Amino acid sequence: MKVLVTVKRVIDYNVKVRVKSDNSDVDLSNVKMAMNPFCEIAVEEAVRLKEAGIATEVVVVSLGPQSAQEQIRTALALGADRGILVQSDENLESLTVAKLLAKVVEEEQPGLVIMGKQAIDTDNNQTGQMLAALTNMPQGTFASEVKVSGDKVQVTREVDGGLQTVELSLPAIVTTDLRLNEPRYASLPNIMKAKRKPLDTKTPEDLGVEVKAHTQLLKVEPPAQRQAGIKVASVEALVDKLKNEAKVI
Amino acid sequence: MATLIIAEHDNHTLKGATLNAVTAASQIGGDIHILVAGGGCQAVADAASAVAGVSKVLLADNAAYEHQLAENVSLLVAELGREYSHVIASATTGGKNLMPRVAALLDVAQLSDVIRVDSDDTFARPIYAGNAIATVKSLDAIKVITIRGTGFDAGSAEGGSAAIEMVSAVHDAGISSFIGEAMAKSDRPELTAASVIVSGGRGMGNGENFALLESLADKLGAAVGASRAAVDAGFVPNDMQVGQTGKIVAPDLYIAVGISGAIQHLAGMKDSKVIVAINKDEEAPIFSVADYGLVADLFDAVPELDAKL
Repeated sequence: MKVLVTVKRVIDYNVKVRVKSDNSDVDLSNVKMAMNPFCEIAVEEAVRLKEAGIATEVVVVSLGPQSAQEQIRTALALGADRGILVQSDENLESLTVAKLLAKVVEEEQPGLVIMGKQAIDTDNNQTGQMLAALTNMPQGTFASEVKVSGDKVQVTREVDGGLQTVELSLPAIVTTDLRLNEPRYASLPNIMKAKRKPLDTKTPEDLGVEVKAHTQLLKVEPPAQRQAGIKVASVEALVDKLKNEAKVI
Repeated sequence: MATLIIAEHDNHTLKGATLNAVTAASQIGGDIHILVAGGGCQAVADAASAVAGVSKVLLADNAAYEHQLAENVSLLVAELGREYSHVIASATTGGKNLMPRVAALLDVAQLSDVIRVDSDDTFARPIYAGNAIATVKSLDAIKVITIRGTGFDAGSAEGGSAAIEMVSAVHDAGISSFIGEAMAKSDRPELTAASVIVSGGRGMGNGENFALLESLADKLGAAVGASRAAVDAGFVPNDMQVGQTGKIVAPDLYIAVGISGAIQHLAGMKDSKVIVAINKDEEAPIFSVADYGLVADLFDAVPELDAKL
């Protein structure tokens, strides 16, 4: 079974985000970029499926600027077999990304698609579900466990209040939650080897998808800042403040 | 102009999150209808019809919808949604699972985690883990939206008398099935619904020490949460996680114990009305958002606080 896994190039999660002074967007000039953390978990899961003999090939796809090749190379160093970059410098909204991925799915015919549940930049949490709709595949979102057997996959999902397990017919889409696995680090020999793995570049035009804006970003502002309060000297003083000043207990 | 709200429920009770969605819908304007899709969920439809401001309840009661499988429910919502200007759900795991699938079927964008309504086509939503707030205008004819409960007060569950209309359409995609669920059993309130939350971080040291917080929580009628550091360390299960990648909460009182205050945690709780931080490191970033900070060893302070309440 072929497994398709997607990776997104985003701001490194350790970087403090700053809003541009003209409020047009966040400032991404000269900041460290990295693979979206949920995508790292997706790559790890795909590689584990290959190591377990379930996946025969792991194909990694990214959509974005030329520089997103770096994140594809990272995935190749982690164990993916080949890469596809759908290159575009335009702002690709979730629905457009899903449409582009649907075309890649049509060409590649994977048995399973594994994606991060959300990207830490736009925090949309949409693309996997949208791709599932467009390809008429079932979806196992927010996965904490994935078990493939025969032509089905059982996915345990992290839902409000606990866990839910569903069984999906393959091909299916899985989106990863934090606890699915702990991603490995790439070794130096594997990083070197990854440079020789195949990486195809396509454009939205090649795939016959029109890049369309469904939303317009009007402004981006920093969130309201919360003022630091006071330090209390003792538990007694704390209880007094909560009872008599804040009146919350 | 009319809004269709997708009810959040468990086939027995209408979840409070739906009432926050009603408030968001009332700010958008126009008629408000609620869709109750489930199996054996008449009681939920009855509850929805009593919600103030709702003019119609659509009830789709069928085994295909019983477990809220997105493959089935999305087909129903997309079919009904064509008649509406707005389709709204709560940004719970249920809403997040369902709504993008609906949006793609309708060939429109989805706006996630909306926290403010500016007009019928313009909304604010947090991006970059809440470190920036984006104001976004939808260019689509149908606006598919999930709303973050902490951005809107809950509407009134009483005072309405909407007619209940049966929806006979049955959509069973036949590509997914429900196997089972393991829900955390607790007498304490749910994190997202609690008015008081006591949360522990890596400073708790281990999972057993969370008993200190549970005892305190029981005195306060509070829910117990945790930081991602405590979850990653294996102290407690992930469904207790408060933060950008966990639950977003805004209780009246949030007590952070042994939590340093990583950005990712602050993003999940900084809209709480009153924040208390107990940490022995006086430089911990959590103190920069706390209304009341106590620099102390939690293993002394928490039992003392428990005893004084």
